[in-house]
Amino acid sequence: MSKDNQGDLWEVFIQPKAGRPHKHVGSLHAYDKEMAMKSARDLYTRRQEGVGIWIVKAEEIISSQAADAESFFDPSDDKIYRHPTFYEIPDGIKHI
Amino acid sequence: MMEDSKKLEEFQAKIDADVKIEPKDWMPDKYRQNLIRQISQHAHSEIIGMQPEGNWLTRAPSLRSKKILMAKIQDEAGHGLYLYCAAETLGVKREQFLKWLHDGVAKYSSVFNYPTLSWADIGAIGWLVDGAAIVNQVSLQGTSYGPYSRAMVKICKEESFHQRQGYEIIVNLANGTKEQKQMAQDALDRWWWPSIMMFGPHDADSAHSNQSLKWKIKRESNDELRQRYIDKTIHQGEHLGLTFPDENLSWNDKTNHYDYSPIDWDEFWNVVKGNGPGNKARLAHHTKAHNDGAWVREAAIAFQEKQKLKSKIA
Repeated sequence: MSKDNQGDLWEVFIQPKAGRPHKHVGSLHAYDKEMAMKSARDLYTRRQEGVGIWIVKAEEIISSQAADAESFFDPSDDKIYRHPTFYEIPDGIKHI
Repeated sequence: MMEDSKKLEEFQAKIDADVKIEPKDWMPDKYRQNLIRQISQHAHSEIIGMQPEGNWLTRAPSLRSKKILMAKIQDEAGHGLYLYCAAETLGVKREQFLKWLHDGVAKYSSVFNYPTLSWADIGAIGWLVDGAAIVNQVSLQGTSYGPYSRAMVKICKEESFHQRQGYEIIVNLANGTKEQKQMAQDALDRWWWPSIMMFGPHDADSAHSNQSLKWKIKRESNDELRQRYIDKTIHQGEHLGLTFPDENLSWNDKTNHYDYSPIDWDEFWNVVKGNGPGNKARLAHHTKAHNDGAWVREAAIAFQEKQKLKSKIA
């Protein structure tokens, strides 16, 4: 690593309201957790966009590969019985 | 080679179907290079654009206008950071982008090389320069590269505050004393043509345009965007009794657009090539600020390494 750099890359997730899930909003550079948190606040919540922030170092994220998506998600392709529309309900039946 | 042409075909099919391209997806090298150039140029523009505005921070005419200007400049920094992050997903480090800027390899929007001579210029920047930027950025929300598109959506949400604060300054001056109205007119006279040039060369002369449109990096051509900006801005100035510095500006019933005079491209290229009124000062200021901050980064890196060591021992 060169001696003059912009710090590690961190990914930022914001919770817009209490009870809502955190959502990815972007990334930033910081040298430690505290700086990452303060920068995330200043960078991504200048207009009350959130009530909570999660920060994860980008290198710690494990992601599926877009190129493998077809085979990777294959197990869910042939199980249409997992969807409610698979089942036939007699006419006139309500609230189901 | 066969494999490449098949990949290229699949890539174009995705683009045609409006599927966003994400960082780890295969992309043609030219697409990557094109985006690296365009997004970093966009990021640099946001950051360099803080300078002409910062020039009036200590001389803002009221506490209200000072607070607002500070918030706006902070937004510009934020926009620069969103865009640097988007550009970095293409595999270039932040340090490299800064180096390209300092070495003069990367460009930024030429409009920021013009000086802010009076407070009215702060109004003109918000109204005209941000107004032109918004037209471009709204269009870029639909760009094919996912991270760039998402950054644009965030930026667009914040930009309309910028334009309105600028217009408000112009409105107040235009409705003020004779001298104040003259300040507003003078700012319009100096910023109108530079703002029109922000959209870049005519379509026929634009080096990257065709490929960019085919790959949906850009969604509309320079001339289309420029015309949209002109059409929506004239009324805003005329409403205040201001006159645009173009005697050929007139509504054309046939095209349903404004006609305007030919653009002075010699002026445009002169500023792009570094001979504008502020090119050297802008770059020197940025380079100095970066170099002056070296000790802060050094300390932060030393601190970071110490933290890592601590967590290993514990």
